[in-house]
Amino acid sequence: MSKILVVAEVSAGKLKKTTHSAISFARMAGMPFDVLVVGHGVGAAVEELRAFGAGAVKVADDARFAHYVGEVFAPTVSAAASGYAVVAVTASSFGKDLAPRVAARLGAGFASDIAGVDASGGALSYKRPMYAGNAVASMQVTTSTQVVSARQSEFAAAAPSGGASPVEAVAAVDAPLAGRVEFVSFDEVKSARPELAEAKVVVSGGRSLKSAEGFKTVLEPLVDVMGAAMGASRAAVDAGYVPNDLQVGQTGKVVAPKLYIAVGISGAIQHIAGMKNSKVIVAINKDPEAPIFQLADYGLVADLYKAVPELTEAVKKIRAEG
Amino acid sequence: MKILVPLKRTADPDNANKIKIGAGGAKIETTGLEPKANPFDEYAVEASLRLLENGPTKARIAGDKLTIVSFGPKEAATNIRQALAMGGDDGLLFHADDESLDGDLVARALAKVVEQQKPDLVVLGKQAVDGDSNQVGQVLAELLQWPSATFAMSIELSADKKTVVVGREVDGGVIKLKLTLPAVITVDLRIVSSKSVVNHVTPATFAYPEGARFTPLPMIIKAKTKPIVEAPIASLGVDLALKSKYVSFALPPARKGGVKVKDVAELVQKLRTEAKVL
Ligand SMILES: Cc1cc2nc3c(=O)[nH]c(=O)nc-3n(C[C@H](O)[C@H](O)[C@H](O)COP(=O)(O)OP(=O)(O)OC[C@H]3O[C@@H](n4cnc5c(N)ncnc54)[C@H](O)[C@@H]3O)c2cc1C
Ligand SMILES: Cc1cc2nc3c(=O)[nH]c(=O)nc-3n(C[C@H](O)[C@H](O)[C@H](O)COP(=O)(O)OP(=O)(O)OC[C@H]3O[C@@H](n4cnc5c(N)ncnc54)[C@H](O)[C@@H]3O)c2cc1C
Repeated sequence: MSKILVVAEVSAGKLKKTTHSAISFARMAGMPFDVLVVGHGVGAAVEELRAFGAGAVKVADDARFAHYVGEVFAPTVSAAASGYAVVAVTASSFGKDLAPRVAARLGAGFASDIAGVDASGGALSYKRPMYAGNAVASMQVTTSTQVVSARQSEFAAAAPSGGASPVEAVAAVDAPLAGRVEFVSFDEVKSARPELAEAKVVVSGGRSLKSAEGFKTVLEPLVDVMGAAMGASRAAVDAGYVPNDLQVGQTGKVVAPKLYIAVGISGAIQHIAGMKNSKVIVAINKDPEAPIFQLADYGLVADLYKAVPELTEAVKKIRAEG
Repeated sequence: MKILVPLKRTADPDNANKIKIGAGGAKIETTGLEPKANPFDEYAVEASLRLLENGPTKARIAGDKLTIVSFGPKEAATNIRQALAMGGDDGLLFHADDESLDGDLVARALAKVVEQQKPDLVVLGKQAVDGDSNQVGQVLAELLQWPSATFAMSIELSADKKTVVVGREVDGGVIKLKLTLPAVITVDLRIVSSKSVVNHVTPATFAYPEGARFTPLPMIIKAKTKPIVEAPIASLGVDLALKSKYVSFALPPARKGGVKVKDVAELVQKLRTEAKVL
């Protein structure tokens, strides 16, 4: 029976929510699946993963997996993938780095960053956005093993289905390249806010906020009163106003929250590619011709320095009223 | 030191919303869109030059070399030529079109080129902005069994040129990896920030202008005499079979703009009663 191997993502032993999207892919593909956890001190993550209806939760728990290094992970994942029809991971920075390596080692074809799967025709068929989401390809992988990375915003996080999948240990495989790549450091940006890709509301700011201080004093109060995740345009990230991983877009994060508020963002093609599937889009921009208005459900032509504090106050009042 | 930069010719990414679907869904048509070098590959060229030169004078380090390679139509020679005008030394163009390539084939063909050229470093873009696959660098690294670092926002070449420390843009922060050369690097947007590349030749006080460099006229003229060798991709002796098949293409569902609201009060009211998201 053909089966899917879902590769979980853990960070410092903790299960990352990205994993739930890869599980959701497996369920949609309509095939039985196992989950593979590679990491160190992943006991709790494994326990959590037993409740999703996997045939088995396979675990490679080893000190060498304390930090993700592609060269070190790929041999173990590839060995564990033997016999599976599909290897699936979510297209986070972890999945984007790992999946093509595993494909190369298995001699498998790779469907990258897919937005949909169709299992009705016998062979799996994938939808892939291309050209910054301006075309959607329908494609298939023709090798006997396939590797897939799934776009988190298009595969809603799977919920536990109960049960307790059996746990199986798998061996850590030696990585011949381990001696030539050394983990030096992880400079983590800590934030108490929801993760961009998981938030129900995203408030993003652009170049027009002018500084890190601008983000802090003007945008963040709105972000926090909305309980939102904060995003940004490339221009704001390049200028150093906010950390790199807040960039929304074709080459940053793709998000599809219930509500996306774009503040002082012009709406370049590359930005739109990362947020156009949001349910409701609000744009605040002082230029009535800004391209972002072409797709905003609600557009407000205004100076953000006036409109954003007003909006923040209005939302505060609503929240206070309950 | 020898660096190889693979560069893809892509349709003008700033106008990607003007592409059309042709032949009843069998083709993507980019007619009317100016073909440009994939921006990430331009950044790869910029980053490579910063590794190979003394920043303030742009004087190249003796014996170093930058080769540009592309798999594409004959016209891609123009895009290679632009990279040579930036400072590349020579080019290789293997004729192929997108329909007859997949990321796996590009990587296998690149592995052959690496065998012939013996670079110390292959610097690629993290993704081609047409296919948006983000795969070739990772596959190449596995095929070569070279250490690699994807999504680079900083590169520091050691003074003895034996190792690089690469800062990778990842979810939640920046990971630094130290690689022993030869190695593969794929670059992200921030690699063209003013101080993102360190080679211990350019003075630490020197700040590059942001972005890929402009090419002055004398460089453009000089590039005309730099060699570009062309050959069919089959001449590399790779199996041309693809591992994936693009069956059809479609436009995404169109999203219609909505209404303009006159002030914050109206916005709040609509978000509450109409959209029900507040
Ligand atoms: C290879 C490549 C990849 C890229 N990837 C991405 C990506 O993933 N994500 C991304 O976002 N971009 C990306 N870009 C960049 C993109 O092309 C745009 O340059 C960028 O999105 C512009 O950011 P912005 O809207 O903040 O700035 P601008 O385009 O400068 O827009 C600023 C806007 O703010 C408005 N404004 C100014 N002052 C005020 C005020 N007081 N009140 C209200 N409005 C105001 C202006 O009217 C304007 O519309 C990429 C580019 C390249 C080449
Ligand atoms: C009309 C059309 C039909 C297609 N049909 C198929 C198909 O049937 N099967 C299939 O699998 N794919 C198909 N593709 C996708 C595509 O041809 C390949 O995926 C592609 O050539 C490799 O690019 P990428 O987007 O995967 O590269 P990425 O992995 O996103 O690129 C990363 C880096 O690799 C390097 N690179 C990538 N391509 C080249 C190149 N050509 N020359 C030099 N360097 C390069 C660059 O440095 C680039 O920055 C089709 C594409 C189009 C537009």
